[in-house]
Amino acid sequence: MPFETLVAGCLAYVVLMFAVAFAADRAAARGRIRWLDHPLVYTLSLSVYCSAWTFYGAVGYATRSGLEFATIYLGPTIVFAGAWWGLRRLVRVARMHHVTSIADLISARFGKSNPLAALITLIAVIAATPYIALQLQSVRLSFEVFATETPNGAGLNGAAGGTALWVAAGLALFTILFGTRNLAADERHHGVVTAIALEAVVKLLAFLALGAFVVWGLADGPGDILARIDAASRDPAIAEGWILRADRWTALIVVSAAAILTLPRMFQVMVVEAADEERLHVAGWAFPAYLFAMSLFVLPIAVMGRELLPAEANPDLYMLTLPAASGQNLLAFLVFLGGFSAATSMVVVCAIALATMISNHWIVPGWLALRRRPASEETEDLRRFVLNARRLAILAVMAAGWVYHQASGGAAALAAMGLVAFTGMAQVLPAMLGGLLWRGANRRGAYAGFGSGFFLWLLLIFLPSVGIGQAPPLPATVDPLAFSIFISLSANTLAFVGFSIFGFPDPVERVQGLSFVSAVEPIRHSRMLRGEDRAEPLLAMTRRIWGGDAALEFFQQEASAQGKSGFLPDLTPKFLTRLERRLSGSVGAATAHAMIERVGGGVSLTVSDLLQVADEAQRAKEEAQRLESATTELARTATQLREANDKLTALSVQKDAFLGQISHELRTPMTSVRAFSEILKTPDLSDEERARFAGIIHDEAGRLTRLLDDLLDLSVLESGRAQLNVTAANLHDLIGRALTAASATRADRVFTVDRDMPAEHLGVITDTDRLLQVLINVISNARKYCDADRPVLKIRVRRPAAGGAQIDLIDNGSGIDGPRQSLIFEKFARLNDPARAGGAGLGLAICREIMAALGGNITYLPGQGGAAFRIDLPPRPPAIVSRGHQDAAQ
Amino acid sequence: MPDRPLFLERASFRRRRLGDAARVLPIAATLLILVPAWWIPRSASSAGGAVWLFGLWATLIVAIWALHRALLRAEAATLRAEEAVAEAVRVRAGTATGTPAAAAPAPAAADPEGDPGAV
Amino acid sequence: MALDILMIEDEPNIAEAVRFILSRDGWQLRLLQDGHGAIEEIRAARPRLVILDLMLPHRSGAEILGDLRAEADAALAATPVLMLTARGQTADAADQADAVLGKPFANDDLRAQVRRMLA
Repeated sequence: MPFETLVAGCLAYVVLMFAVAFAADRAAARGRIRWLDHPLVYTLSLSVYCSAWTFYGAVGYATRSGLEFATIYLGPTIVFAGAWWGLRRLVRVARMHHVTSIADLISARFGKSNPLAALITLIAVIAATPYIALQLQSVRLSFEVFATETPNGAGLNGAAGGTALWVAAGLALFTILFGTRNLAADERHHGVVTAIALEAVVKLLAFLALGAFVVWGLADGPGDILARIDAASRDPAIAEGWILRADRWTALIVVSAAAILTLPRMFQVMVVEAADEERLHVAGWAFPAYLFAMSLFVLPIAVMGRELLPAEANPDLYMLTLPAASGQNLLAFLVFLGGFSAATSMVVVCAIALATMISNHWIVPGWLALRRRPASEETEDLRRFVLNARRLAILAVMAAGWVYHQASGGAAALAAMGLVAFTGMAQVLPAMLGGLLWRGANRRGAYAGFGSGFFLWLLLIFLPSVGIGQAPPLPATVDPLAFSIFISLSANTLAFVGFSIFGFPDPVERVQGLSFVSAVEPIRHSRMLRGEDRAEPLLAMTRRIWGGDAALEFFQQEASAQGKSGFLPDLTPKFLTRLERRLSGSVGAATAHAMIERVGGGVSLTVSDLLQVADEAQRAKEEAQRLESATTELARTATQLREANDKLTALSVQKDAFLGQISHELRTPMTSVRAFSEILKTPDLSDEERARFAGIIHDEAGRLTRLLDDLLDLSVLESGRAQLNVTAANLHDLIGRALTAASATRADRVFTVDRDMPAEHLGVITDTDRLLQVLINVISNARKYCDADRPVLKIRVRRPAAGGAQIDLIDNGSGIDGPRQSLIFEKFARLNDPARAGGAGLGLAICREIMAALGGNITYLPGQGGAAFRIDLPPRPPAIVSRGHQDAAQ
Repeated sequence: MPDRPLFLERASFRRRRLGDAARVLPIAATLLILVPAWWIPRSASSAGGAVWLFGLWATLIVAIWALHRALLRAEAATLRAEEAVAEAVRVRAGTATGTPAAAAPAPAAADPEGDPGAV
Repeated sequence: MALDILMIEDEPNIAEAVRFILSRDGWQLRLLQDGHGAIEEIRAARPRLVILDLMLPHRSGAEILGDLRAEADAALAATPVLMLTARGQTADAADQADAVLGKPFANDDLRAQVRRMLA
């Protein structure tokens, strides 16, 4: 096959992958995720386990060591045999805590400790870099096979040499495009997963096609193959390598079983990308079946390759050279695509997983620690920072893999490099299993376990593999790899258990331990963050991570679940727990915990809190589902009642005040009127005096009239008898008119208005005069009360999905503090306000009634860095209802 | 609950036994895979070993599939039994309190018709 | 010439009316717009009578009255105070005042009250 055709086909395949990922992302954005969420897609995505090492290397491995290659697949098969009680539990606990990576899981379990997560990230990066290099190498080697096949291949060898760079760059682009699109509360990447599922199918088809060709095309069916295998196992040239060694067999099965749980990319697809644990019912048998199919023909291909190809041929490339030597060009191309798929899918997922870990445990915590100035935090957009950190990390991971590939020269056998990564990540296993199964496991144990395991792995496995230092001399009967695995894992486990027994976990750790081991929802400490005033800073902080709308929506949902209206829920332990876990889905458990602690100004846990928490958790576990839902319903009703009662009490106080206020507001102008009209009766007044006093009487009478008009307007609106004069208008014009009308208020102030003109051109059908009245009122209020040195009023208009319009008016003053936010829409709310500025305090009450009459509403938006009002307009006003009232009035 | 129905007991009993089987399966699989390599490495390394290994592997996959299917069915059965019990309890409570439970839906049904007349 | 009356009132029209009425009776009168620095002004000017509005921005009439009665100088602390109020009934805080006049008032009542208090 010509090299150019190969490159063209390969590019077409890459374009297909981009298209599939793009289409899946679009479908997911539109909510059509039923087929994306299918358990089979999940199962296929697990096949990133089968990297290029497996695809090409397994045959080479089998050529050298016979059946031993199967250990890499048998370990995962055993783990999946226990999916029902093992993996399901892992996925459930991880989803419950919104865990973003293996490092995040360990850190969340051991007291949300970030240094621990940073250490695991370090191991993961060190272990993964050679592994990524290995994938790049496999792509380069497979290109070279085709380059040397063609007549002018020698000239193209240079081109093939650059492939590693091109592949790395292309994969970085793909990963950044589809892996860092958003920073949702759950880290799922539908586009990536779907593309990988498709690649998994290509991998499998290529392998099975080649296998069938080898067994029935090159050999005479299964019987003949078995005879050849038997003969090969007796061939003195390789028989020594083919005999299974109990120590290696056991150690490799243990390591591969550990790897399926701890490799960052496996954790990403198996746990983080899983919507729930139900899909493991299918994956439990389907993934072992996939592995079975991928290994069924390994031995036949190895045997036939050894028989048919020249002795100096690289066994790691039998997969390609065997069909090519037999003239099966199409088959060779299919195999090439399979290998390409294996390499790329592994690199993409690995880069996403590592980038999440690097950004969540290295970059973001470091950056937050460097910038502890609270003032600057109000405005900065953390979401963009985190996403950029991930993009940077992806580039760094790719670059490191490519540099390693260039530096190592690609000499090492594929299998050796894969095993280095496996054994490194296996060091996480003791802490992971211990953390999930044993409540006594604690952070000191985890540090000691990792520390010793990591050190021994570096010394015995990693450094010798890159040619630095040497493994210690061992007796010939002891296999060095098996020895290193046993020694490092045993030291790791012993240190973990020993230090856990003698250490004492801190309260946060004990709460998390209980939650992980019993798989119950964690309940946060009850002693911190009391009072409504902390809810607003929390909302502001959440906005910085998720963006405004998502944060407001979450807070509103939580508030309404508590039976409260508005955007600020009570800071119950339950709410805080949920918020922290959702946040940890974006930035990791340790950072989320630290941020909430900092913003909330929390008190650390005490032992009595802990007992209370343990009690609550125990109760939650035992309580029946029915009872629980009844209780929440009851609690919600109680909260609603309490809120209504609070409001009534406040209202009754206000009612008394209302009478006093009305009296005051009426008597004040009346006093001037009466005094001056008596004065006018005095005979010896000059003409100017008479004119001036009459003018005062006139002004004060006008003030009285306005007050009475307002009161009347309000009572008409409140009784629902308002007459609506519905017309169509452009919001842009309305806002312009309102700004002009309101500019008379405190005309001396220089007031900047920040508008988004293009977005304002929205048609609305409503009573435009009434809407204008509301806009003028809100804008005048901003002009009156915004206390910033350079007052800025931001006006933002948009059309929600449901139609209508949403107008946000946000100033940069000091805003309205928590307790008063629920009162400002009441009549005479500015009762005892020193800055009453002459008004009677009916404006916002009228606005609220107008918006209700128009079928919309006006609300105060907390946490916007100033006083902020949101006006919601429905697509059209409830015209029929108002006409009905009109008829009733007549 | 004093008189927990027998079919609920049986469903949850079956589910628990299947759960035990799910725990034993990976252990049994581990032993069957490891022991030949420890015990008779030479014969396990040849074609016979390959046939044994792949046969065992295929059997294991079928076993996991069957077990998961049975477990899902048992869980569904337990859920159904629990719902039936809850239903029975509700019915008994309904008859004990007499009319209110039965009468409650009636006004709600009449409501849509009553409304226009009122206006 | 000694100051007869210091008046603290935030409504400019009412203040002007009172000033017109009382200065025609020959009283020396000074006006203050709000409660800021009211007590310092009283201390400096030592008026014979203070007319105080109950609802004032920044510092209410009741608070200023409390401050005045708490003065160390006994003569100053005993300065007669006439409280004006627009509230329906006089607040408790006005108890310490020597006299209370509700708004709106008849001009003759104001003059008679002031004459009585300065006699």
